[in-house]
Amino acid sequence: MVLKTKERQQLAGQEKKADDIVFPFDSDEHRPLDTKKDDAPVIMEISNIDKAYSGDKKVLNDIAFDIRQGEVLSIIGPSGAGKSTLLRVINRMIEPSRGSITFQGEDTLSMKGRKLRSMRTDIGMIFQHYNLVDRSSVFENVLHGLLGYKNSLQGIFSLYTEAEKQRAVEIITELGISEQLYKRCDELSGGQKQRVGIARALIQDPKIILCDEPIASLDPNASRTIMEYLRRISRERGITIVVNLHQLDAAKQYSDRIIGLNGGRIVYNGNPDDIDPDTISRIYGSKLDELIVE
Amino acid sequence: MDKMNIQHAGDVNIIRKKHMKLFFAGLVIIALVFGAGAVTNYNHIEGVMSIPAAFQWLFANMLFSGSTLSNLPNVLRLLWETILISIVSTTTAAVFAGIFAIMGSKLTAVNPVLMYAAKLTASVSRNIPVVAWALILVISFGTNAATGFLALFFATFGFLVRAFIETIDEASKDTVEALRATGATYPQVIAKAVIPEAMPQMFSWMLFMIETNIRSATLVGLLTGTGIGYLFDLYYKQLNYEMVSLITLAIVIAVLIIEWMSNLIRREIL
Repeated sequence: MVLKTKERQQLAGQEKKADDIVFPFDSDEHRPLDTKKDDAPVIMEISNIDKAYSGDKKVLNDIAFDIRQGEVLSIIGPSGAGKSTLLRVINRMIEPSRGSITFQGEDTLSMKGRKLRSMRTDIGMIFQHYNLVDRSSVFENVLHGLLGYKNSLQGIFSLYTEAEKQRAVEIITELGISEQLYKRCDELSGGQKQRVGIARALIQDPKIILCDEPIASLDPNASRTIMEYLRRISRERGITIVVNLHQLDAAKQYSDRIIGLNGGRIVYNGNPDDIDPDTISRIYGSKLDELIVE
Repeated sequence: MDKMNIQHAGDVNIIRKKHMKLFFAGLVIIALVFGAGAVTNYNHIEGVMSIPAAFQWLFANMLFSGSTLSNLPNVLRLLWETILISIVSTTTAAVFAGIFAIMGSKLTAVNPVLMYAAKLTASVSRNIPVVAWALILVISFGTNAATGFLALFFATFGFLVRAFIETIDEASKDTVEALRATGATYPQVIAKAVIPEAMPQMFSWMLFMIETNIRSATLVGLLTGTGIGYLFDLYYKQLNYEMVSLITLAIVIAVLIIEWMSNLIRREIL
């Protein structure tokens, strides 16, 4: 606990620097407690989801929760708890073994072909390793977000309309990487790559953005920038952010709601402020001791 | 806190064990060398001793004179033909290998049946050596350039499918996931993720195979009666060693030039 206050102080110290370098954020250190979030409309209902890769070992076990519009929802838990699998079940990159998912009133698990692609255009995704096409420019990578709206030929020959290109430029500028527009993605820093990832998700005009460990490969400064951007996106555009995190601090600081996962089961689902040492030990299991000693 | 048991450094025998392993490995290799010699009646010491004499013979018989050089245009013509056949067979094989690799990679496979069919085809054509291909094909196609082309084609195709599959798996895994998540169609994923990410490495493999095939083409030509290999065989059987050395030298220089060129290209694209 002692260390925690220290970290806070460190973060506060970094704040000025980060703002100078990166982006003028609203200086709301305290999370605006939007009580409205609790009665925002539910856009996705997930119920009874099981996932077993082989045999009886279940990676996900009877997962059920709702996702509300415009909230920042963090999924935390130890390694191997099933966080990544859960995220990929939401946009069906991984097929669950059992259960149902309703998104905007439709059952996503029965979708096929065009319908499935159209569902995926409504759900953006960003990744720990950014997953950009390294040899293509920032501009092209952002436009890849529109592929779901294009037919195969339009996509292959990069036939984007002027308006679409204009929107790509606007989003790139908004994320503060307009100077990198022409650069190949392998020339960018980690934080810049992740912003390209966010831009690619944003141009999809999604209802939900899934973030798989978005800051796990970034330094503290870049991590903070990315988390701030994600929160801004949810506040300003009403896009739901579902984010896997293994940093408890970041989860508490930036999310409206936290889901704790352990051994493929949901062991906590509620307000970040209500997380106490007892809850932490339930989420992280026996690792609580290590957390305190560190 | 518990009192920890601190080990004595003297008890940690990792380094000693490694040295023992190295020593025994050395013994085994020496035993194998002499054992193999004893079985095949080959005397290593005599073998090494005969090297100077062999070189003397080489210099005495294979140094070519001015009159041999007048045959150079003919040598170069056939060498050029051989190089072209290697390039054509490799590039053709690369196109087909690209298609089969996309079908055969787990990441981009259309369906499992096609995937295994593609892998099996590639495995069969890879595991028949290029010499065997040449000998098999010469029976059905006769001694002409097409036979050489096909022999190189099949062997190259098999190797490239395997190399391409590994390249695709390695280079484009993450990007394929990202583009599928945006709702991209299969052809879009191939065109926008797999090809840009895997192409440079695939190209590099193709250049490597062109180099290898110019060497193999000499041997294949010897068997199929075409190209520089045929010329080599012809003069060799006439005991015209001056011409043989001229041809060998020409091949070596040609391979060096091709290697140098493909390194230049590689540096540009990677």
